[in-house]
Amino acid sequence: MSQSSSKLEPKKQAPLLIKTLEAVGGFVINKTSQFLIFIGGISFLLFDSFLATMGSIFKPTRRAGQSPLIFQMVRVGVRAIPIVLLIQLAIGMILPLQMYPKLDEFGQGDQVATVNAIAAIRELGPLMTAIVLSGFAGASIAAELGTMVTAEEINALKTMALNPVRFLVVPRLLATTIMMVVLTVIADITMIFGGWLTGMKLGLDPSVFYFMTIDAVNISGFVSGLIKAAVYGLLIGLIACYQGLSVKPWDGSEGVGQATTLTVVYSIVAIIGAAAIFTVIFYSYGIFN
Amino acid sequence: MADSQINTQKPIIQIKDLTKSFGQQQVLCGINLDIFPGEIMVIMGGSGCGKSTLLSHIIGSLIPDKGSIKLFDEEITTLDEKELNSLRKKIGILFQSGALFNSLTIAENVALPLREHTELDENTIEIMVKIKLEMVGLREHSEKMPAQISGGMKKRAGLARALALDPQILFYDEPSAGLDPVTSAQIDQLIIDLTQKLNVTSVVVTHEMDSAFTIADRMCMLDKGRVLKIGRREEFQNLRDTNETQTLSTSDLLIRQFLRGAAEGPITDRIESSNYEMDILDIQR
Repeated sequence: MSQSSSKLEPKKQAPLLIKTLEAVGGFVINKTSQFLIFIGGISFLLFDSFLATMGSIFKPTRRAGQSPLIFQMVRVGVRAIPIVLLIQLAIGMILPLQMYPKLDEFGQGDQVATVNAIAAIRELGPLMTAIVLSGFAGASIAAELGTMVTAEEINALKTMALNPVRFLVVPRLLATTIMMVVLTVIADITMIFGGWLTGMKLGLDPSVFYFMTIDAVNISGFVSGLIKAAVYGLLIGLIACYQGLSVKPWDGSEGVGQATTLTVVYSIVAIIGAAAIFTVIFYSYGIFN
Repeated sequence: MADSQINTQKPIIQIKDLTKSFGQQQVLCGINLDIFPGEIMVIMGGSGCGKSTLLSHIIGSLIPDKGSIKLFDEEITTLDEKELNSLRKKIGILFQSGALFNSLTIAENVALPLREHTELDENTIEIMVKIKLEMVGLREHSEKMPAQISGGMKKRAGLARALALDPQILFYDEPSAGLDPVTSAQIDQLIIDLTQKLNVTSVVVTHEMDSAFTIADRMCMLDKGRVLKIGRREEFQNLRDTNETQTLSTSDLLIRQFLRGAAEGPITDRIESSNYEMDILDIQR
């Protein structure tokens, strides 16, 4: 036994290095190609959805139907309202509380209103709402479409000469995009309100707080936040629909579970990435200052 | 293999030398099959023999590596999505699980193709839906959701939806899988009735021998991506009932084992032939 293993030893040693290299190289190539496929798939889906949307707008004979859109908007948005309220209220209360001592050292305690308002409308309103929505809407869309694939429903649609993109993806994409914008408005207001509560607790003058906030909230900042929100919403919808539809019929419940998980992970990564890119663009080109 | 009856009609589905492989695995190896208008063709075969893949090719979901498929005299392998869609409106498919849309009621499911593909007004659609549901005996359940009805009813609802656009060809993917014997027999009867009443062509993919012998006009046996035998139902019945062993070819023996559902025969011999001793001692090749 020992003889045979010692015989094998030199054979085993040499491939180890190559095996390691192979494994690392294979991993890199595999992940890179997966990433490229993902980006390509998302782009195609976006393009198809755009064509389908244009088609339904300019060819009213096609009964695209507003009812699926409204149904999806309610499903995507309304359920997320309580959690968005809760999170934004909490952040709005925490942020000024942590800023106040430092600002107060310089006699600028009132500036917490400005900080809170700018943070809310420019960054945290859209961002936190998007993260909530990726868990709420993204996961449920991916799970729903994935289940539809495994139940042959997507196949049935195709064989009935109905385009799944127009029929399923477009209402969901529009719903996530529109509801992200709506929820962001709610989130902005809630966060500012949270800050106001803390401000009152800290003993700031209500009218000073009010005018500081009004001063900080300008249209360009508000619009930049809403543009971000719309893009985040589109990203969530796209990733969720793509992951849901890339489940294979034979993947079963495991495939659906994976699609759901990946949707949340990829959505959050995409949202944070988009947030960074937006900030770079907005600040370096001086848009929406 | 030739059809005993001389058929002067032009085939409505014509498959020639259809070949498809997924990666290394060859799933279909040169399938030739003609299906004639008004007949019920049953395609049989064991699990993984390629019958579902064949069906996917006929309905245009998969593109073959080689060969031709003609539906209504049109070569579908070269059609683009738009042309394929207009052809798809002329065929109906009953999926294994019914594939109803879970967010819509039964009536809405049946109405969907009508709403999307026709210019009919809502009243007409409502009447059409009632007619289709009556055909499959589900008119009273039209307002229920798919989750509220049984498996057999789901299949019947799926059939009503497949019938919505008055197709000329109906495809059934395992129509009696997962159903109790009585419901399964009802579905069989429904297939026969619809084929006769509506004068459609039916293509049934199944491995349930009872229902196959009940409904078939002609049968086709697939094995490992090849057509073993195409013939009228009587030929297959004779083959099943004969006790002859010497004069039959291996493929006929294989078909007979399948038709009888016997545990011993060429099919099972083939599976047991992998080298167990070598495998268990972990000796490679």
